[in-house]
Amino acid sequence: MRKLTFKHGIHPRDHKSYTNAIPIRMVEPPELLYFPVQQHIGAPLDILVKPGDKVLKGQKLADSTAPVSVPLHSSVSGTVKDVGMYMHASGVKVPTVVVENDGQDTCVEFIEHDDLDALSKEDIIKLIREGGVVGMGGAGFPTHIKLSPPPEKEIRHIIINGSECEPYLTSDHRVMVEEPGMIIEGLHVIRKLFPQADAYVAIEANKPDAIETMKAEVEGTDIGVLTMQTKYPQGAEKQLIYAVTGKEIPSGSLPMDVGCIVINIDTATAIARAVKQGIPLCRRIVTVSGTMVSKPGNFSVRIGTPFSTVIEAAGGIGAVPGKIIMGGPMMGVAGHSLDVPVVKATSSILLFDQEEAKAGEESPCIRCGRCMSACPIQLRPLYLNAYALKGDWEQCQKENMMDCIECGCCSYVCPAKRHLVQSIRVGKQQLAKRK
Amino acid sequence: MENHNVIVSSSPHIRAKASTRSIMQDVLIALVPSLISGVIFYGFRVLWILALSIGSCVAFEYLWQHLLKKPIRIGDLSAAVTGVLLAFNLPVTVPWWIPVIGAFVSIIIVKELYGGIGSNFMNPAMVGRVFLSVSWPILMTQFCEPFIGHWFGTTDVITSATPLAILKSGEGIEGLPSFVTLFLGGVGGCIGETSALALLLGGLYLVYRRVINLRIPLSFVGAVALLSFLFTNGSLSPFDNMMYHVLSGGLFLGAFFMATDYATSPVAASGQIIMGIGCGLITFMIRRFGGYPEGVSYAILLMNVATPLIDKVCKPKKYGYVRRGSSAKK
Repeated sequence: MRKLTFKHGIHPRDHKSYTNAIPIRMVEPPELLYFPVQQHIGAPLDILVKPGDKVLKGQKLADSTAPVSVPLHSSVSGTVKDVGMYMHASGVKVPTVVVENDGQDTCVEFIEHDDLDALSKEDIIKLIREGGVVGMGGAGFPTHIKLSPPPEKEIRHIIINGSECEPYLTSDHRVMVEEPGMIIEGLHVIRKLFPQADAYVAIEANKPDAIETMKAEVEGTDIGVLTMQTKYPQGAEKQLIYAVTGKEIPSGSLPMDVGCIVINIDTATAIARAVKQGIPLCRRIVTVSGTMVSKPGNFSVRIGTPFSTVIEAAGGIGAVPGKIIMGGPMMGVAGHSLDVPVVKATSSILLFDQEEAKAGEESPCIRCGRCMSACPIQLRPLYLNAYALKGDWEQCQKENMMDCIECGCCSYVCPAKRHLVQSIRVGKQQLAKRK
Repeated sequence: MENHNVIVSSSPHIRAKASTRSIMQDVLIALVPSLISGVIFYGFRVLWILALSIGSCVAFEYLWQHLLKKPIRIGDLSAAVTGVLLAFNLPVTVPWWIPVIGAFVSIIIVKELYGGIGSNFMNPAMVGRVFLSVSWPILMTQFCEPFIGHWFGTTDVITSATPLAILKSGEGIEGLPSFVTLFLGGVGGCIGETSALALLLGGLYLVYRRVINLRIPLSFVGAVALLSFLFTNGSLSPFDNMMYHVLSGGLFLGAFFMATDYATSPVAASGQIIMGIGCGLITFMIRRFGGYPEGVSYAILLMNVATPLIDKVCKPKKYGYVRRGSSAKK
């Protein structure tokens, strides 16, 4: 069968063999856990606790009445030690709740909903929100908003995104192999909301065991398991929708405008847990990899656990890392410290050595056009770069800078090692300001 | 753990291996077959001309960057590539100062004065060749008869008419070489332009290494082939006429190595095809109706100048393109 794919893109070495065959291990929650209050895209939360308060596992630490927001829960039981400004993985200090773990894991009462038919659509949306579920692929957009399109938008396709196209990352891969049932349960919950839609699990061809497991899991149902070509950024929403349905999302529109909803693998299991078991988002699967890590692997980590604790569980590091990356190497954020907590969007922690961390020196553009052949949006990154550096925002607009998905393919292929996507990011911020 | 050795930078954190230098290295490798054919047909003086040309190109670039306190970029090998291409565009008989002046024009006037690598608007080696041709037309057309002389001790310079010159004048058509001789390159001409075989080998290596694609070479050669087939000259059959036009006059050197120069050719696929067809059309017009027997150089330079315009018009259709006026939310 021809593998589904999109136009352009790149083929970086995937480095997945370090971790893709190792079962997920648990990381014991440490003594102190740090909960940055803002872990989703949307309205800021009000902190509900104060130092000295006793909290239970699954208890809300912060919430808001604003529609685009999800609550934040404690992932352990214990005592609130501090509410203050602490370092976040992005390198800035943000309001954070610090919880001292009592090691008891005393939970709030989780209300199970075994019978989906007994729940209305509104109930399901509410349970997903109350469960603190956000997109776990890295964006952190509140899932219940994604699942509440306006009534005039007919949703025809639900795509569970198992592409995991970023090099090194294997957390979704391991979840597909180890917990296929939870993923499909999450999918059932979503289909309850959109009964007329067809459903797919889209997996890149470099995960044959995941494809097999998922195929066995959906045996006898109408859910399709699709094999995607291994190519970055296959898992980007726009590219995945094109590969699966052949539809392009018009500029400035959303997946729902072409009748699609794309849900990440770990988000699907979070939905299943939040709705069926009543357990809010307290843990996530984190890939720990890179040359600096002695025992790379995938870990089930409580939200709020410092990176250093996770690294310890992965065998620790011998030397000073050259680079600390949260997320994949193509789109992840580089930080400067391991004393920052795992948040809902931390799909991985990568540690590069000094050699790998070195960026080549930027040299003049030679107009080879490789950036254009790589760009999955078919933009002209070389011109965007030139106009952005000149500050010619008018031309940036004309060259459709706002359509850039910041996947980084252009910078990856550039033989002159130009910081193409970096300049485009700056340009997009300028254009957004000008609006 | 605060650490000052940890590098914080914008994503992506991994980069492909290919660099400007590795690309230029590939171009140099691709030019080796033509160098070998040059030495076989015109003798070891080829190496002297080549050394002079590369040496002065690299030296001029170094001097310029050194004097203007710019970063020294001779390590990217682009000046060396220009040096080889310039040498390939010279007859083996030229005096030693011809490649030096050519290098000055190519590197200082065409490349560095316009901002260095990537910023020149015409192909440096091509301008070098044209500058030398119009300044010293006799020296630049004293082609040495291949094979004769150098392997047997005599080194007399014999002016030999190129096949295109014969086609142009219409005299001595019976003296045209066979297609095989032409394809191998055993005719009078510049050092690196006569062997279509060697150029094809190098060109295909570049395609294999994905340094270039076939759009410009195919549309360039294709346009010349089609036009010379349709508009034959004098007593030759359309097929013979086409073969002579395609296999001679540095068409392959131009199509694979000169017209594909990144800085001076369009970046979009559609633009590259326009570039190739334009080059082919102008080449044929000059050969057929112009004052020169050979038109590849001027054709490429004219299309170089048109490249910014082509780039402006030929843009890829982006993902999620919304036609102006229609609602995006439909």
